[in-house]
Amino acid sequence: MIRLIEFLSFEKTGAGRVVPPTGFTARLTLFTAAAMAFLAVFALALSMATGRLADRWSEALARSATIRISAPAEQMETQLAAVLNVLSTTPGIASYRALELSEMEALLGPWFGPDLPVDALPLPRLVEVVETDDGVDAEGLRLRLSTEAPGAVFDDHTRWRRPLVEAAERLRSLGLLSLLLIGGATAGMITLAAQAALAANGQVIRVLRLVGAQDRFIARAFVRRFTARGFWGAMLGTLLGIFAVLALPEADDAGGFLTGLGFAGAGWLWPLIVPPLAALVAYVATRFAALRMLRRIA
Amino acid sequence: MIELQNAAMSYGGGELLSQMSLRLQPGSFHFLTGPSGAGKTTFLKLCYGELLPSGGHVSLFGRDVFRMDRDEIARTRQRIGVVHQDCQFLDHLSLAENVALPLTVAGKPVNSAELMELLGWVGLKRHADALPPQLSGGERQRAALARAVIMSPEVILADEPTGNVDWEMSQRLLALLIELNRMGKSVVIATHDLNLIRAAKAQVSARVLRIANQRLHLAGADL
Repeated sequence: MIRLIEFLSFEKTGAGRVVPPTGFTARLTLFTAAAMAFLAVFALALSMATGRLADRWSEALARSATIRISAPAEQMETQLAAVLNVLSTTPGIASYRALELSEMEALLGPWFGPDLPVDALPLPRLVEVVETDDGVDAEGLRLRLSTEAPGAVFDDHTRWRRPLVEAAERLRSLGLLSLLLIGGATAGMITLAAQAALAANGQVIRVLRLVGAQDRFIARAFVRRFTARGFWGAMLGTLLGIFAVLALPEADDAGGFLTGLGFAGAGWLWPLIVPPLAALVAYVATRFAALRMLRRIA
Repeated sequence: MIELQNAAMSYGGGELLSQMSLRLQPGSFHFLTGPSGAGKTTFLKLCYGELLPSGGHVSLFGRDVFRMDRDEIARTRQRIGVVHQDCQFLDHLSLAENVALPLTVAGKPVNSAELMELLGWVGLKRHADALPPQLSGGERQRAALARAVIMSPEVILADEPTGNVDWEMSQRLLALLIELNRMGKSVVIATHDLNLIRAAKAQVSARVLRIANQRLHLAGADL
């Protein structure tokens, strides 16, 4: 660990000094790494938030379903009884419960006001069904309901759940793809910067070759510098990104997708892998560029 | 130490040097002379592995240069000190750091007392903290010489070391090279300055190699 920090520190003595300091390029590389890390934190937050959302939706909705019975008032009770009877003999159902009129009133209240005369309206009756983990054979249940209680409709929520979960999962893959692209772009930019530095330091490389420096030594002088810049730049960007995510308005209970952007629990540790990852990307990119360039010259 | 067997060097079609044979003995002192453009610098580059011969064989310390990889050639450079006519330095490092550079790249510790002694030997102690661009031509040549010998190499190759300096300074540089030779190091100096060769012959038993008509000749004892 100490050796790692030593490797990443801007060296004032020894090997690191053989390459002349370049203020402007150095700041540019730092800035690039910081900006990329900032974006990476957001891409990470996005994929984790949408991942949680997708899980929550499939979790919460997968095992709940509703049966709606629309029938003339005089048949309502018989059909309800038939439905409950069918449910009691269907495998894959954990529990079921007919909603009371008062609960219906509470459900409709927000739209029609508290004084709604529920008894006087031809409202459908609702039966809440909770499936077991194995789930229920929806087609079989629909078939049985259509013969026993023609007014009953089984709604297992897949119709509107599937596109939502799909959208959330698509967003998660987009977030992960963005992370890959950010990593690739970082590698590309650091390679370009390293190549520019190598080309600008032709004399340094010639002198080092003349006094017996091996390729490894010359490459290390550059690699070390860019790895350090990549790491510290990414560290800065990551911290700023974390603060920005922290500064987002608090997510409300409904877990809205926009306000839910952020990390949860141990998820806060994920952004911390961004700086080491950026350093690794910078290390590999610079080393590759340096050794390839050194083989071509001198 | 450095051995050439029928070595030849050609640049894009034309042959610059051919059928050169030489065996450099430890402790020898050679001058390399010849008209401008005859290939003195090319010959020296063959001797430290900067160039590979286009024909024949060159071996450094018993190893054929064709069988050496880049790192092996780099390690060989630690045993051969090279002084160029236009010596190059790392302009952002102080003179002392530049002279110690061969130690730095070899991963060896720098003994600052020995370093100052070496700088004193070439008369640059005062300039230890100066940057190379602030030095005069003669000071740069002496700094390059100090850098070439800090690893205590077995051979010193100097390409026109007195090209950019006045007579008095060239005498000083020659005296330093002769002193190194007395310490047992082989010295090869490429120069077209016959006066320098005459001055050296008075102090050391030097042999003169001459490049003419693409060949390497051992010139007669008299000049």
